[in-house]
Amino acid sequence: MSELLATQIAATAPVTAGRGGSRVRDGLRRSAMALLGVLVLLLLWELYRALGPQAGVEVGGQRVLPRADPRSMPGVLDVLRAVGEPEVAVPGSRSVGVAVLASAWGTLKMALGGWLLGAVVGIALAVPMQRFRLVERGLLPYVVLSQTVPIIAIAPLISGWGGRLQLTPTLSWQPWMSVVVISAYLAFCPVALGMLRGLQAPTAASAELFTSFAATSRQTLLRLRVPASLPFLVPALRLAAAQAVVGAIVAEISTGTRGGIGRLILQYAQQATSSPGRLYAAIIGAALLGLVAAALVSLLDVVALRPGRSRRPAPRTTPHPTPGGAT
Amino acid sequence: MTGTAAVEIRGLEQRFETRRGSVHALTGIDLRIEAGSFVSLIGPSGCGKSTLLRCIADLVTPTGGEVLVGGVSARRAREEHHYGIAFQAAGLLDWRTVQRNVELPLELHGVGKRDRAARAAHLLEMVGLADFARMRPAELSGGMQQRVAIARALAEEPPLLLMDEPFGALDEMTRERMQAELLAIRERTGTTVVFVTHSIAEAVFCSTQVVVMSARPGRIVRVVDVDLPTRDEDAREHPSFFAGITAVREALRGRPVRGVPAGLGGDDR
Repeated sequence: MSELLATQIAATAPVTAGRGGSRVRDGLRRSAMALLGVLVLLLLWELYRALGPQAGVEVGGQRVLPRADPRSMPGVLDVLRAVGEPEVAVPGSRSVGVAVLASAWGTLKMALGGWLLGAVVGIALAVPMQRFRLVERGLLPYVVLSQTVPIIAIAPLISGWGGRLQLTPTLSWQPWMSVVVISAYLAFCPVALGMLRGLQAPTAASAELFTSFAATSRQTLLRLRVPASLPFLVPALRLAAAQAVVGAIVAEISTGTRGGIGRLILQYAQQATSSPGRLYAAIIGAALLGLVAAALVSLLDVVALRPGRSRRPAPRTTPHPTPGGAT
Repeated sequence: MTGTAAVEIRGLEQRFETRRGSVHALTGIDLRIEAGSFVSLIGPSGCGKSTLLRCIADLVTPTGGEVLVGGVSARRAREEHHYGIAFQAAGLLDWRTVQRNVELPLELHGVGKRDRAARAAHLLEMVGLADFARMRPAELSGGMQQRVAIARALAEEPPLLLMDEPFGALDEMTRERMQAELLAIRERTGTTVVFVTHSIAEAVFCSTQVVVMSARPGRIVRVVDVDLPTRDEDAREHPSFFAGITAVREALRGRPVRGVPAGLGGDDR
């Protein structure tokens, strides 16, 4: 867990917007390499299936290489075939592929909700933390600590509390709402940390300049701190999106919510002996879901960090002695 | 002297409490800065020259004494935008264009978009950056950035311009050019300037008075009046320029420098 946090904190470093032209070419090259990587992986998989021992390799009763039989390692074609076959042997049943896509879409919606809620909560926590030292001291440790609580432990709590809520006379708490809340629980932390760092990014001299203009604290927030925080916020939101997807999948499984990819993975895992390809189809669906979420957040880069907004570290000169501060 | 001084300081005391105890940054500061003058604060590091400037700017509150800016308290002067300020680091907002940086104080104080643009265009013209209005600060050199900062400080046509080592980070050539430009701007606007520097030549070249300060505790040791016949590049070769430099150096050392022409220098404190 602490490793995860370290990654989260590291990922909140500011991004540098690249140059327009080479960016597109870089992107194409990177996509090509990623595709090539997948192909190599599939090739290795098929190679092992063809050449590996059916019973796997055991050393001293410990299996070190997996079985190569079709049940343990379905072929690429088997998985593709599984995608096309109907989910249940009833006429008019949707195919496994359609089920995977529909479930992935269901999870994406919940993750998106969790991401938005997490972002709002994260930003709402960061603003008072920046403004009041006391709030930062009181709150920050708990923001960090919150991520050490295993999600499997809090999932039943949240669905339990939610189950007792009646939102409006006609609307009661829905299971998907628990998934959104749990997903947000994972997503808010990087946003809060990244936004706080971003809000604290302006130098004391910049803040002093705003004081000299007799700017209100609201003006200082909106014209100085928020714009300065964007290069920190965007990577934090990207990380939060990944967290939200993981959170949504785990939350579905641990609360037993239907309609998402997490639930489908569980369901297909139980059918793995009869049709092993399905489980892999669902896992690929989950991976695609992550890619789509990442792509959506990349759009943020384009919006928030427009090209031309080149970021070069300001020339550091000897800072002014800050009276009263620890010098 | 009569009339309202641009800045009037009486019995100013400034102490800072640090973990290692109390630091007496400034003591017994009495200073009157006449409207239209160019006053430099000079002294060794730790003499409180920056702190004194920040007291005038109401960025720090003195622990004793009184600071009047344009006849009102420093706080009211700040709230009423009586002064513009420029620091050693230009401190431009790098996500704004040059023009929008200059417009910033006007924007904060509710000046309409068209008036802001007109004012910014005029100021950028004055600092010689009219062609750079749409650029980002990162695309400009250090000297150009500092000029933008000066334009921003002048945006509201303040009667007082406070500058804390504004050219401290620039190379010598750029620095001399910037000094000349600042004097030209001052000539046109008639702004009173209070200027912190640790360059004796810079202080003498620009100022009508050089306030020489001393450290531990920070205090004024002498005010040297500078009277140069002109303020162009020739002035740097004029005997009165060298005499001014000698007088300031003498005040900084606290003892006479050999070979000083008689009758130069200011009133002793």
